Amino acid sequence: MRIPCPFCGLRDGVEFSYQGDANRTRPDPVSVDQTVWNDHVFNRVNTRGVHREFWLHNHGCRAHLVVERNTVTHEIVSVALARQFVLERKP
Amino acid sequence: MMRLSQGGRIDRSKTLHFTFDGKAFTGHPGDTLASALAANGVRLFGRSFKYHRRRGLLGAGIEEPNALVTVIDNGVREPNLPATLVELKDGLIAESQNRWPSLGFDMGAVNQLGAKVFGAGFYYKTFFGPFRSTRVWHFFEHFIRRAAGLGAAGDVPDPARYERINAFCDMLVIGGGGAGLAAALDAAKAGKRVIVCDLAPVFGGRMNWTGETEKRDALLAALDATGNARLLPRTMVWGHYDGNTFAAIENVASHRQSLPGEPRHRHWVIRAGAVVLATGATERPLVFPGNDRPGVMLANSMLRMAAEFGVAPGETFGMFTNNDSAYHAAAALAAFGPRCVLIVDLRRSVSAEMRAIAIRLKAELRTGHAVVGTTGSAGLNGVHVAPVDAECHVTGTEKLFAVHALGMSGGWNPLIGLAAQQGQKPGFDDTLQAFMPPALPAEWRTVGAVAGVGLPAPAPVLMVRPKKPLDKAFIDFQHDVTDTDIDLAHREGFIAVEHLKRYTTLGMATDQGRTSNVAGIARMAELLGKTVGETGTTRFRAPFSGVSLGSIAAERFGHIMPNRLTPMQDWHTANGGDTYAAGLWHRPMAYLKPGETLEQAYVREAKAVRQAAGLVDVSTLGKILVQGPDAAEFLDRVYTNMMSTLPVMKARYGLMLREDGLLFDDGTAWRLAEDEFLVTTTTANAGKVMEHLEFFLDCIWPDLGCVVTSVTDHWGGMALAGPKARDILSTCVTGAAVDNAALPHMGIVHGVIAGVKVMVARLSFSGERAYEIYAPSGHAQRVWDAVMAAGAALGLVPYGLEALGTLRVEKGHVTGAEIDGRTTADDLGLGGMLSKKKPFIGSAMAYREGLVRDGRLQLVGLKSLDGRALNGGAHVVENAAPQEPAESLGHVTAACFSPAVNAYVGLALVRDGRKRIGQNAFLADPLRGIHMPVAIVSPHMIDPDGSRMHG
Repeated sequence: MRIPCPFCGLRDGVEFSYQGDANRTRPDPVSVDQTVWNDHVFNRVNTRGVHREFWLHNHGCRAHLVVERNTVTHEIVSVALARQFVLERKP
Repeated sequence: MMRLSQGGRIDRSKTLHFTFDGKAFTGHPGDTLASALAANGVRLFGRSFKYHRRRGLLGAGIEEPNALVTVIDNGVREPNLPATLVELKDGLIAESQNRWPSLGFDMGAVNQLGAKVFGAGFYYKTFFGPFRSTRVWHFFEHFIRRAAGLGAAGDVPDPARYERINAFCDMLVIGGGGAGLAAALDAAKAGKRVIVCDLAPVFGGRMNWTGETEKRDALLAALDATGNARLLPRTMVWGHYDGNTFAAIENVASHRQSLPGEPRHRHWVIRAGAVVLATGATERPLVFPGNDRPGVMLANSMLRMAAEFGVAPGETFGMFTNNDSAYHAAAALAAFGPRCVLIVDLRRSVSAEMRAIAIRLKAELRTGHAVVGTTGSAGLNGVHVAPVDAECHVTGTEKLFAVHALGMSGGWNPLIGLAAQQGQKPGFDDTLQAFMPPALPAEWRTVGAVAGVGLPAPAPVLMVRPKKPLDKAFIDFQHDVTDTDIDLAHREGFIAVEHLKRYTTLGMATDQGRTSNVAGIARMAELLGKTVGETGTTRFRAPFSGVSLGSIAAERFGHIMPNRLTPMQDWHTANGGDTYAAGLWHRPMAYLKPGETLEQAYVREAKAVRQAAGLVDVSTLGKILVQGPDAAEFLDRVYTNMMSTLPVMKARYGLMLREDGLLFDDGTAWRLAEDEFLVTTTTANAGKVMEHLEFFLDCIWPDLGCVVTSVTDHWGGMALAGPKARDILSTCVTGAAVDNAALPHMGIVHGVIAGVKVMVARLSFSGERAYEIYAPSGHAQRVWDAVMAAGAALGLVPYGLEALGTLRVEKGHVTGAEIDGRTTADDLGLGGMLSKKKPFIGSAMAYREGLVRDGRLQLVGLKSLDGRALNGGAHVVENAAPQEPAESLGHVTAACFSPAVNAYVGLALVRDGRKRIGQNAFLADPLRGIHMPVAIVSPHMIDPDGSRMHG
């Protein structure tokens, strides 16, 4: 698998590490609602098809990316910088 | 078989010597082991997998299932190599496989008599019935494993070098035959960077045996002239991965004497823009009784042996076919001398052109006939031929024809494996009677025979069934799968193609069913009443053919691993430092004096620290610079305790939790300015903590004005500890006061040592008055030397990891052995460090039910009561006598001899441990036969109030 890093260009998958589902949003840090936190920390949707996920280019520029990847074909649909993605997602 | 006086690419002017099963033979440069042996009249190459039947050559290249040999090079055995791919070199030593005591006389051949027993699924069936899980079964299992097999691996280390290389190209051409070279030439002319791989030592594919070598040379010259093509001969592309990434193995030096430093095999990872699949097709056998007798070969392989390697099959030969390609092969082969006396064709009618070939060859043509049996002992001497109907049932009487060799052609299988390894389903072409490449991405192309170009249309795949049970018609030669095995699997309910494969092992051998799959699937389809296309084929997987494990490991072992060295590494080594690999770091365990054991050394060092002073290299600690207006806020969120209240030039011990509330890492945060912190982590977690911080900054709180930078390698660190530490420091540091008022516990100063600017923080891991001194890496050795010199008169010693461990065990200070991913802060007695005033990572889950209940493992100290050493990992139990199974209360996480306590001590995680302090228990280590009494004590075994550290 190869991922086109916005900073470094098309790089091999071994340079990156998976950092989890990018569809999740972290619960209110003040909340101690165990149902909400359990869900956030432990439960994942096992998507078949296009999945949005965080990847860290840890042997490259060390930026976190938001990658849309088809979990069936490993096709990379889109790549964006995580910082930008998260800032824009915020209400 | 015999050597022709001319023709082929062998160099008859030079002679090479080699041995096969200890017997000496000669051959010529350009020969394969197969052609050289065949030229010497050898017909028997191996014994079959289950029945130990005599087997000769079936093919001439990658398709060969029978002639597997072991090549022995300097005592190193490389098993399961097709003799057709082993290039002859002087001094080659090869052995046949799966025979005992010898290839000619093999005891295992009695298996044929029990063939009914050894049918499909025989091995699985031994799992059930009266012998299951008994000694009898184990006996059988041993026998089965010995009887059924391929070559044996060697047991001496392989001294050869293997290497891995990455390559990139605009176009990868897999297969260097005519079609592949033409596609490569087009692309190279258009300025594309092209890589062309071919299995063979010589490019050109079938042009090498169809009299087109001039055309081949012209193509290669034109390709060379473009300057854009890289040709990799002896290179097999064996795996296709995401993003047009391919794995290939290049045979660099197996075929000749290797040059100094040259690898034996080279593992290529090729990332290609476009892909041209030009892998060609292999001919497949026909299934009829006795089709495995030595002397029965694939028709075009017979031609190839003559045309490329100068080996004729015999004075006379016959052909058995269901398509036109055997006629062309017969005509071409006859031009080399052998006479074609018989052509048997399953088809009822053939074209006038084919009939003309048969007439010209003066061969007897029998259409609507089949070979229904073969005769001969050492090799083929005749074939029985009989008329058959459209379903291949015998309808008339047999006639015996004398032939020295029989070529067979059951149609062609395009080598589509690489195109289908990603799970795409190949479709069945009814005209070509073959599975064709599946729908491919836009940047892929198939050319030549793999795309069906030039392949003849054969009659439907049918088999001639044996009449007698001992006559066998083989489908899979390498795994000894016959027509009756397919029938048996069907009767027993294995009616899915993937199940059929596992149950009968059809196509599971090293040749991956290249010659066998279609016939097996066709029989299965017939039994199911489906078409071959509906039945489908099994999934194609990497590797395409056998790959050496050495090439995959390549340099990723032993001394080639990168080393991380601290600035003081050379000093440690020069001063008796007995280094120990901790991840990629190499840290001194202790500085051994002549005659000292490791224990004597670390006890001496630990004692010196408590009595005078010691200096330890702590450069391996993770160091992260946290900068920005929100740096303090960020650290408040990631540490359990408050960091924003830390004054500038002060340090604080801190804990980090994981999001699930368990302990993650501990370390210190030094506030160097309002908006700048230096954070230290444990050595082992340096990378993980960095990733953790980066993740939260990038993905959770990108709105925080804060950046993190790893500075682990930028600072050399050393910790100076002991009652004399301050005296030593004050004699060597300038530019800063280091007395208790100016530099109290957890204080930081900037100073200069030996002309080098340093940061000094008063932190203690040992429980002594201690200072961590950080200097720029390039100058750290100079600082270390200055501190050692300053301490020489005051009893300063360097100390290693073992003494460092001893000091921290005595003090009950936790490390990775206790922060093991299962413990909470409270388990380790650090519950008070969890701030209640603010949320932090893990705060929401730190108090969930399972983490605060009674019965958790808690940190305690242990002290040996009988003078024996404690063992790390030993279990803490209540029972005084060894007993199995004993209930474990917990385990020892660290153990050492403590000079301060004057006993063997340790730390342990024990169920409700804090309540047990003051009680006695036992350590059980049944593997080492140890059962010993211990006292459970406070983990703070010395100086519990910290007066030594603060004074």
